[in-house]
Amino acid sequence: MDALVNKRIKQVLKGDQNAFADIVSLYQHKLYQVCYRMLGNKQESEDIAQEAFVRAYMNLHTFDQKRKFSTWLYRIATNLCIDRIRKKKPDYYLDAEVAGTEGLDMYSQIAADDQLPEEQIEQMELQDRIQYEIGRLPDKYRSVIVLKYIEELSLQEISEILDMPLGTVKTRIHRGREALRKQLNNL
Amino acid sequence: MNTCPEHIIDYMHDYLDGDISREHEQELKQHLHSCSDCKQLMQELSETIAFVKSASHITAPPHFEESVMARLPKPKSRVGMQKWIRRHPLFVAAAVFCLFMSATLIGNFMDDQHFSVTKQPNLVVDGQTVIVPEGEVVKGDIVVKNGDLIVEGEVDGNVTVINGQYMASSAVVSGKIEEIDEAFEWLWYTIKNSVKTALTFEDKEETK
Repeated sequence: MDALVNKRIKQVLKGDQNAFADIVSLYQHKLYQVCYRMLGNKQESEDIAQEAFVRAYMNLHTFDQKRKFSTWLYRIATNLCIDRIRKKKPDYYLDAEVAGTEGLDMYSQIAADDQLPEEQIEQMELQDRIQYEIGRLPDKYRSVIVLKYIEELSLQEISEILDMPLGTVKTRIHRGREALRKQLNNL
Repeated sequence: MNTCPEHIIDYMHDYLDGDISREHEQELKQHLHSCSDCKQLMQELSETIAFVKSASHITAPPHFEESVMARLPKPKSRVGMQKWIRRHPLFVAAAVFCLFMSATLIGNFMDDQHFSVTKQPNLVVDGQTVIVPEGEVVKGDIVVKNGDLIVEGEVDGNVTVINGQYMASSAVVSGKIEEIDEAFEWLWYTIKNSVKTALTFEDKEETK
């Protein structure tokens, strides 16, 4: 597969844009899946996965063909996802007092949509439940858990994708597993 | 479980990563046999993994590929351009010739930005203005570049002003009066002139 991909990359670099379609069709499901598991929203995942391919196309000349293309592609996609997650985080402080109220802080203002009531979680279909639990993980654990157990990548590859030392990847996987276990156990 | 050695939990994770030495694995298994708390923890961790792994495969929506291709920036049609060039060598040669020609001519024009005037007796030069004083008669042509010409007397010949203004009150000019302002006019003038010189040159040849 790598030989085919490298051939297509060379064609694209020579100016044949249509050769890129084969690359997209080879990796679209993998990339979309990572984005979906990271973001938990179909519309957003499609947008980010497409953006990842567009960026890959525009920066194709910087790709070192001795390396694995999928790793490079995953890296673009996970970076975009992490950026998107960070942008969604509110930039106001929750404990700041709300103007015009006495002793009411922002905690009292947010709807409790982060934590669903127990009965509702128990009624969830298994697949929804999995996505829900992954989505509850802090994003630094979410990325490693998704890459390791859903994409089934090696620790070495994950360390290349996320550009962090192998030791850090291991620690995050351990903590992510632990966090997930606690989430599941609390019910 | 509080009394259990801490490294046992590390061993559990190493085991789950498939990255454990044989001795550590032995130690872990022995400990799990004797400690039900740790055994349960191990069980829960394995179940957690199984839970995540049971996630179904998700596929990209239909038309994903087309959408990506539509979002790509337009290719710099280098390939098409090269083909076209190869097919039309004559046109390319002509284009290159025109390009060099105009480059030299415009270059000349740019070089000629300084003030100059044809030397004639009884012309008065004041800064960038050339004056033909009243009562004087200039015999011959006058060419002024990048300056103005004021004719108050008489000129017995052609007058050409390039990049400047021609002003006359009660002037008498026996020849043609030309004002040239733009690069293109200048170009035209140069071409005309070179043709004219060529022609007069031929005339002279013939008269010989």
